[in-house]
Amino acid sequence: MNRPEVVIVDTGSANLASVAAALDRLDARVHVSNDASRIRDAPLVVLPGVGAFGPAMDRLRAGGLDAAVRNRVQRGHPLLAICLGMQLLCEGSEECKGVIGLSVAPGLVRRFQPPARVPQMGWNMVTPTPGAALLQAAAMYFANSYRLECIPAGWAGATSDFGGTFASALERGPVLACQFHPELSGEHGLQLIGRWLALGKDSEGGSC
Amino acid sequence: MLMRRIIPCLDVRDGRVVKGVRFQGLRDAGDPAELAARYEAEGADEITLLDISATPEARETAAATVAKVRRALSIPLTVGGGVRSAEDAARLLGAGADKVGINTAAVLRPDLIRECADRFGSQCIVVAVDAAGVPGEGARWQVVTRSGAQRTPLDAVEWAGRAASLGTGEVLLTSWDRDGTRSGYDLELTRAIAAAVGVPVIASGGAAGPEHLLGAFRAGADAVLAASIFHDGEFTVRAVKQFLLERGVEVRP
Repeated sequence: MNRPEVVIVDTGSANLASVAAALDRLDARVHVSNDASRIRDAPLVVLPGVGAFGPAMDRLRAGGLDAAVRNRVQRGHPLLAICLGMQLLCEGSEECKGVIGLSVAPGLVRRFQPPARVPQMGWNMVTPTPGAALLQAAAMYFANSYRLECIPAGWAGATSDFGGTFASALERGPVLACQFHPELSGEHGLQLIGRWLALGKDSEGGSC
Repeated sequence: MLMRRIIPCLDVRDGRVVKGVRFQGLRDAGDPAELAARYEAEGADEITLLDISATPEARETAAATVAKVRRALSIPLTVGGGVRSAEDAARLLGAGADKVGINTAAVLRPDLIRECADRFGSQCIVVAVDAAGVPGEGARWQVVTRSGAQRTPLDAVEWAGRAASLGTGEVLLTSWDRDGTRSGYDLELTRAIAAAVGVPVIASGGAAGPEHLLGAFRAGADAVLAASIFHDGEFTVRAVKQFLLERGVEVRP
């Protein structure tokens, strides 16, 4: 059986090791790249994200990677966006006002409010909405101070509760965006990544 | 709702897990990657690895240990010990740590917290606050550094608040009076720090059994760190979680 080939978008953050380790454990071949054409055309792409919204958008724009990622989402090609990666798909964030996001998912990302202890650090229940095919109910690991409150029209996803309901994942075909870290969420997280990886095979053979 | 976390801690020296009281009389307790994987299988929510290697040369090998533990785990890994600069933090994150712990270096130069938070994000930064009671002054604690060898004039509650405002994502609070005593976490200290900071607080130092972990959660800790109770095989993480669930503490089953 062919090992799935995954390109991780190089967003310049120091810690891609956990994402790479999880993919490796699932027997994927992993490449880290900032080449826009590769990110546009690879069978499976991961948009990781640790750090702040503004600098991450700057780095995506600098290499034309913003257009490449947007193009994948619009064509419905497999993309896994994690944590800040999910937020980057939105229109903007309270974290860096005035910076425009990739805007493929309508909505603004806002900061959690006290008395919640921010950042949200730890395991929280993720509950899929009707129509979600990849997501399943499980506790997943979060490490975030900002979140999208509602699942936008045209998307399925999942919700969680941290001082109120928020969108903990978005899903549309093979495009999966998780506010939590599936790569740090034990067996359930690995299984979710595994279901997403399986979609790469479909899209590779789809055009024949 | 967010669940309370149980974090086994591995003290690692020269690539091996060691155990002992206050870093004295250390005994070998096994391979870090094997032990970490066993704790994950038992239901640990995260793993913390504290590198207590004494020499700079041994620190070089710490990155290799971190990489090995990372490959064995699919839950978060925090690494602390000897982080003096943002470069040190970058090296550990690059090797596979999800969060880095900063202790003495932050006391000596608080701006290090801001530098690391700006560069890596608050969620990657854990400031360790080692606190000891001020003799004769009741509910007052001072910060100690260099593995307890040095008392500083810093008030522990004020310092934890400052660390949070400088951008740490969590406070790892260790009671130096309780560490290694098996008499339970310092609940008064835990309560004071949890009330003073808006970020999650991890209680550490003194746990001998599940009732101590329960006490720390009731005092406001978001997570608890424990080493010896798990290393000795006295309690498994799963048994402790069962105990907590039966008493209404929400933990990941």
